[in-house]
Amino acid sequence: MAVGITSYGAYIPLYRMSRDVFYKAWGGAKMPGERAVCNHDEDSVTMAQEAAADCLRGIDPKKVDGLFFATTTQTYLERLGASILAVACDLREDVRTMDVTDTLRAGTSAFAAAADAVKAGSDKNILITAGEHRMAAPAGDFEMALGDGAAAVLIGTENVIATIEGSYHISDEFSGVWRVDGEQFIRAWEDRMVYDKGYSEVLEKGIKGLLKKYNMKTSDFAKVVYDTTLESRRHPQMAKQLKLADEQVQDPLFDTVGNIGAAHALMMLVAALEDAKPGDKILWASYGNGVDAFILQVTPEIAKLAPRRGFKKHLAAKRMMENNHRYLRWRKIVPLERARRSEQSPTSLSTLRRDSKIALALYGVRCKKCNTPQFSQGGSYGYLTPLRVCVDCQAIDEMEPYKFSGRKAKIFTYTEDNLADSNDPPTTVNVIDWDGGGRGILDMTDRGGAKLSVGMEVEMTFRKLYYDRGVHNYFWKTRPVRC
Amino acid sequence: MVESIKDRVAIIGMGCTQFGELWDKSRVDLIVEAAKEAYADAGIEQKDIQAGWVSTYYDTSGITGQALAAPLRLPYLPITRIENACASASDALRNATYAVAAGIYDRVLVLGVEKIKDQGLSGLAVRNLDLGGLMFSMTMPGMFSMLATKYFDHYKLSPEEGKHMLAHVSWKSHKNGVNSPKAHFRKEVSMDQIIKAPIIAWPLGLFDCCGVSDGCAAAIIVPAKDAKKYRPDPVYIKALQMCVAPGDGTTSTKYDYLHVESTVRAGKTAYIEAGVKKPREEIGMAEVHDCFSITEAVIMEDLQFSERGHMKDDIEAGFFDLDGGLAVQPDGGLKCFGHPIGASGLRMIYEMYKQLQGKAEKRQLKNPKLGLTQNLGGQPPHCTNFVGIFGT
Repeated sequence: MAVGITSYGAYIPLYRMSRDVFYKAWGGAKMPGERAVCNHDEDSVTMAQEAAADCLRGIDPKKVDGLFFATTTQTYLERLGASILAVACDLREDVRTMDVTDTLRAGTSAFAAAADAVKAGSDKNILITAGEHRMAAPAGDFEMALGDGAAAVLIGTENVIATIEGSYHISDEFSGVWRVDGEQFIRAWEDRMVYDKGYSEVLEKGIKGLLKKYNMKTSDFAKVVYDTTLESRRHPQMAKQLKLADEQVQDPLFDTVGNIGAAHALMMLVAALEDAKPGDKILWASYGNGVDAFILQVTPEIAKLAPRRGFKKHLAAKRMMENNHRYLRWRKIVPLERARRSEQSPTSLSTLRRDSKIALALYGVRCKKCNTPQFSQGGSYGYLTPLRVCVDCQAIDEMEPYKFSGRKAKIFTYTEDNLADSNDPPTTVNVIDWDGGGRGILDMTDRGGAKLSVGMEVEMTFRKLYYDRGVHNYFWKTRPVRC
Repeated sequence: MVESIKDRVAIIGMGCTQFGELWDKSRVDLIVEAAKEAYADAGIEQKDIQAGWVSTYYDTSGITGQALAAPLRLPYLPITRIENACASASDALRNATYAVAAGIYDRVLVLGVEKIKDQGLSGLAVRNLDLGGLMFSMTMPGMFSMLATKYFDHYKLSPEEGKHMLAHVSWKSHKNGVNSPKAHFRKEVSMDQIIKAPIIAWPLGLFDCCGVSDGCAAAIIVPAKDAKKYRPDPVYIKALQMCVAPGDGTTSTKYDYLHVESTVRAGKTAYIEAGVKKPREEIGMAEVHDCFSITEAVIMEDLQFSERGHMKDDIEAGFFDLDGGLAVQPDGGLKCFGHPIGASGLRMIYEMYKQLQGKAEKRQLKNPKLGLTQNLGGQPPHCTNFVGIFGT
């Protein structure tokens, strides 16, 4: 029984910032290229959901037996991100969930654990999704080098597009780049030492260890996919250390996305799989307090995988951020004058628990008498609430669950509200009619300067509505169809 | 409707405070001033009051029936606090009127008050609804602007045409408000100023939005048969209708965002109750809920003053101006008075009352015929709506 990757997905935020914009704001060293910047309403969980949803395109989420969430920027220290994601991805209740954190290898470590679980026969399909939103203090190189994004793969035994042929691991306790609890920004030791004794030495050791273990050489591989660092020179230097031909080296995404930490190796792998041919062997390695290295073998099934947005389409669909102020505002790095609007009422966890499928998976209902789909919003202010009486035929308790999250919709009417408090003004709210029926009133995000109009097509995106007294309130918004 | 309220209850006294940003006055000051004026106008004393209805929206204006009882030291009377959003004061009058019509009380005080400006916010506070927290953050201008966006799109009005229509609504009200001594804003504003004002939520600019003000208004009601014992010119209640939407407009695709269904329905039943057949001709004046210019405009169609899709023609022809065929907002409306939530419904009736008695000074209409008030709460897809008709 072949165990391997059966699907992949990715998510790169819409917004990018040229490193020149950082340079113009702060001076310092010039750095080429651009980086991905997630919106103010995105975090590691929301981006991981986007990647997971992309990975599950055309796949029944109820067939997934487990979800492992990899990140170093978990939104809760004591509360499982994977459990939030399992509901947001509409998985079954009897699934295995786990957050893999604290290392930039989290994505590949989750991958290895999932592969072993499937190989052992404990589970049939496990979804690994990695989302990352690392921050570095303003005015430094790291802020320019980092990126935000997410990538996901599904591991299983049926329709395998790339089998897992081998693995090798190294653990290394050296902390060249790190972050402690309570701190927002990453720290790093003196860079030459960090890269010489860390990345360049340990990653090479890991990759060579893998080759030795399986008695292979680099020329056996169509692509060698390995992590990058927070500067641009070490990745090409590693190619020389390993004596790789140019065409074997997978682009490290430094100039387009930036370093997305625990999601980086997975994102590079997704990019490699998009171009892979049946029969290709891929060497895949990540670095962070050691190395996880794998041998993958691409199968003919890869041609049958339904089209998804993946890496390329997400990379191409972008909007450039024009100034650094917007970045600082979205990251809440500088204190801003608050709008003189009323305080948010305290979040009720008991309400959120009752409404979790509505809020996290965008479930509504459909009336069994008149077939009208209805999203579970009440009257004034569009608050979420279970629906028991049909809005059209008034039938009582004749409802069945109906999911709105994967459906596109059209704007019926909208507002761009300059008075409302917002981190990305104007607050844009739209009344939408979903394809297939049903109406809702939702915030819109990622407008990217789009001119809105009645009838415009939008799609649903999982976002953080706001943070309130220790609670991240996740919900769905609309956005102009991304690509 | 089983029975009509027409001509069963009369208003014999009213009071209304100055509306505005009343930094030097408390809600107690406002309540005492409105009640005092109403007692004097009715020629009664406070001890004559047998029951009270009080309307406030924000708890900063008082909670329970004590919102009225405590400031006036009303001695152990039956008092009910009503909250029905922006239509609270109208609903307080409606409930009080039914109690009088039922023969339970002979003299009832109805009072609406709101002290908003002590909250220190821009615009209206979104009331702490304790619904769990997950809702969007848009403001009232945002909610009502959606009506304009859809109306412009549906009737193919260019942004310029739409803005011009809305500007006339505000221009007319500001012109009327100059002659309202109790109004918050008493300044004429040019069409150009209105159109070029900063945008709050497109297409609504600053002058398309009513102000946020403190204020209080009160009424004394008695059985119609007793009314002339108190004064020669009482004003009689002809219709009181309340219609509350089932929260359907943001859930059902049937709602068109071109009208407010509860206004239509409250209007229809009010006309039946008052025996009005041709509203455009029989109603002489109206105070409607012009929280935003687009709200007032759409109400003209919903109350059958204008044909569907033709409010623009009537608005721009000046039909609703003070010297037009049907004067709307003769006192300047919410536009000039601002909108102290719990008080506005009674402020509208105060203007109808004064006009019907011929005491509206420079605003006095030659032939006010019947006066209509329309007072809505909530947002277009799901409003609480009141329509009242008053006459001599």
